[in-house]
Amino acid sequence: MCCLTQSVKITSDIDSVRSEIRDNSISVIDVRREGDYKQDHIPNSVNLPLATLLSDDSPENVLKLVNSMGIDNETPVVVYDDTFGALASRVAWTLEWIGHSNVTLLETTYSNWKSLGLEIDSKIPDISKKNHSMNLQSNILATSDYLESAKTRDDVILIDNRERLNYLEQHIPGAMSLPYRTLASGDKILRSKEDMKRLLDNRGISGDSEIITYCGSVGTLSGLAYYALKSAGLPNAKLYVRSFKEWKNLQKPTIKQEDANYWDLSAE
Amino acid sequence: MTVSDLTHSSIDPVSPKINWARIDEADNFAETVKLYRQGKYDEASFRRFRLQHGAYGTRMTSDYAMVRVKLPAGEIYPKQFEKLSQLSEQYSIGSAHFSTRENIQLHWVILEDVSEIFRSLAEVGLTSREACGNSVRNVMCSPLSGVCCDEKFDSTPYALATAKFFLRNPMAQSLPRKFKFNFTCCEKHGMVRMVDVGLIPEIQQIDGSEQKGFKIFLGGGLGNKSFVGHQLEDFTPEEDLLYTSIAVMRIFDRLGDRKNLARNRMRYLVNDMGWEKFQNLVLKERAIVRATQSVVTRLKVDTTPNKIKRPLKISDETGGSAPDGYARWLKTNTIKQKQSDYRSVFITLEAGDITSNQLNALADIIREFSSEGMARTGFVQNVALRYVHEDDLISLYSKLIQSGLAKSGALTMTTPIGCSGTTSCNLALTNSHRLAKEIQRKFLELHLDEDEDLTDSSIKISGCPNSCGQHGIATIGFFGGGGRLGKDMYANYQMSLGGRFDGETMLGQTCLRVPAKRVIPVILKIIELFKENKKSDDTLKSWIHRIVNDSEDSAIKSINDIKKILEPLVVPPTKDDDPDFYLDYGSDTSYHTKTGKGECAA
Ligand code: HEM
Ligand code: SF4
Repeated sequence: MCCLTQSVKITSDIDSVRSEIRDNSISVIDVRREGDYKQDHIPNSVNLPLATLLSDDSPENVLKLVNSMGIDNETPVVVYDDTFGALASRVAWTLEWIGHSNVTLLETTYSNWKSLGLEIDSKIPDISKKNHSMNLQSNILATSDYLESAKTRDDVILIDNRERLNYLEQHIPGAMSLPYRTLASGDKILRSKEDMKRLLDNRGISGDSEIITYCGSVGTLSGLAYYALKSAGLPNAKLYVRSFKEWKNLQKPTIKQEDANYWDLSAE
Repeated sequence: MTVSDLTHSSIDPVSPKINWARIDEADNFAETVKLYRQGKYDEASFRRFRLQHGAYGTRMTSDYAMVRVKLPAGEIYPKQFEKLSQLSEQYSIGSAHFSTRENIQLHWVILEDVSEIFRSLAEVGLTSREACGNSVRNVMCSPLSGVCCDEKFDSTPYALATAKFFLRNPMAQSLPRKFKFNFTCCEKHGMVRMVDVGLIPEIQQIDGSEQKGFKIFLGGGLGNKSFVGHQLEDFTPEEDLLYTSIAVMRIFDRLGDRKNLARNRMRYLVNDMGWEKFQNLVLKERAIVRATQSVVTRLKVDTTPNKIKRPLKISDETGGSAPDGYARWLKTNTIKQKQSDYRSVFITLEAGDITSNQLNALADIIREFSSEGMARTGFVQNVALRYVHEDDLISLYSKLIQSGLAKSGALTMTTPIGCSGTTSCNLALTNSHRLAKEIQRKFLELHLDEDEDLTDSSIKISGCPNSCGQHGIATIGFFGGGGRLGKDMYANYQMSLGGRFDGETMLGQTCLRVPAKRVIPVILKIIELFKENKKSDDTLKSWIHRIVNDSEDSAIKSINDIKKILEPLVVPPTKDDDPDFYLDYGSDTSYHTKTGKGECAA
């Protein structure tokens, strides 16, 4: 079982989540769309569609959302989605960012939860508002300005989590490509710690380097990578949350793999 | 057990018979890449090591590799499809590529990830070991072996046994050059005279009993210079198969040219020495091998027949009406097997490319429809499901539609071969890969796949003279180069006509150079000429065959006559008149040739 021996726990396994739900000792966040949530969800989970969060992800608003979900500083939180953990990661990261220290990802997706025949419910739980404090963790966020200066340092690794063809077409200079699909294994949103470490180690991603992840637009795929790094015992990770979309809009430098027609190898 | 330990894996009726993998090769590869990156391994020996393990270099970069996964005899099982689907998403571009030699290739893989691919391949018994480099390359077998109406017997077990014998065999680790075996079913389905060792199953009556054996062809091959193979003897009994193979390889190993890398395939040795001399050498060497080895060295041929069991259908959909396009697809994508009630179904791909979703879908489709529970890859960048019951064809077709795999024309001229070209190959001069796709799209739109006069012809395209696209044996073949008008360059193809790879194997004859953006109109013009001049039972192939052999008596008698008619079509316009002419397919910047270090000789 993953992460029990680790100081930081990244994912929560199905069995413990089920028993903690029974004991009413955790708060579970479903980040799927409202309609999907209303149809059915993991019992007692509250809905925070990613779009709702993204419409205003200022710390103040996030704090409001967290309070309204009945989460205080002490509440253990588990987040799940149906998109291989990427949306859940973005939400989990945001909670961490405003200072919530006890948040993990469900180890699998909602579809898989369902296909295993586990409990689901359509009842929307009654939530009483709580009071979470604000303790902004700026060290896990990379802004474009920060990235631009950090990039020049030797001990900083920049990782692009988009698909390979998009990376070849255009990426931030110096980034290495680690498509988000590489991070999962079977039904688990993240590989086992040992597998993850080997993969990253082969790529020279190890030790004390500062690692910054980015993806296409809102920090979901790279959010998953952020947790992948932590699961492999690499704590010094940051998320460039506005990602490549902002970078391009700011007209900062990009490069591409020249002189090859790789797109024509795709059967899409 | 806890709930989270449960996985829902599908249970397959058949699983791979042979495990080709060795997991320790993954660790070793990872370690070696690290040493190489640290500068502790020199460039040349690393390259040799990498190729031996089945990873090619990639165009204009040393960061990426192409991993060539071998499918000996073309066999591929559902679990292997699923694994390849996953690998193409994780480490490649979300698509994989079926090659002309029954390999499946993953492109644009980061060199540091190659070992992860090896590790995963080992879980399903696959390897890429000796898929490149100076070794015995993937041993091919006709996708119809075992089901072909014209074959004497099924050569698949012999292909598998040969692959098994030579894989990791020290004798085959540092040959002067790559070495290829092709087994086939019958003359018509061919491909045995264009390879180092080609084999057709044959049966002879010896002392009143039937003796299995082969017709063996040696010293053929395509490349910068191509040669047609020679038949060693009337009949080679099956006991002699291995001794003959070993004998040929020993001679090649001893006498092959290790200095001149451009001329060191065995076909050059055969050509330089003369066939008769080579033939004698082989026969003598074989006598020695037989005398010294026959007690211990045997091919382990497993001829237990595969279980053929029609998968149970949960719901019986037969009797439903056929979706649109079914008749066309049935005609151009399926072949009746010698086993009554069964057909082999070929999947139409574009230049061999397939998405990860489609690979996954195929796994389920095989489970649901193939009575042998696996698929076979073919000679033309494709894959076939065999033992599909006639009654299941309509529902299979419906399933293929859902996955975008139901295009027609797999077994016709409308599905050309295109090598990798500038999509990934270091030596490429043109985007041959995309050109093949463009031709296919246009020709399917024109319904040329339904034209029976065209079915037995072929179009094959290489992005440079090296022939990976096998242009030399195509009815209409192309290889890429650069053309120039003043200072402006454009992609330009040398076209050859009349190549064949069947019982009358021959190389096509050079006709003329055709700019990339004129290839489609030129082929259409050739078809038009054929239609005007054909005899009633002619196909394009038979008509061109007479022309290249000087035995045609209509208005068009020679390649030169065709050339004259086509010449006006290939005149380059000025850049101002037609800027698009100066862009190769798939490219929005003006054409220029650019190549890196090739690895074909490595
Ligand atoms: C002088 C160099 C080379 C020669 C003479 C050569 C020769 C060939 C030949 C003859 C084939 C056709 C298969 C057969 O019938 O044996 C082939 C296939 C192939 N070769 Fe090469 N090759 C060369 C270099 C390369 C390079 C540099 C690459 C790129 C990595 C490459 C990639 C391929 C691929 C991908 C195929 C399978 C065709 C397909 O389905 O795409 N070859 N090669
Ligand atoms: S024919 Fe030329 S361009 Fe095509 S794959 Fe071979 S070496 Fe590359």
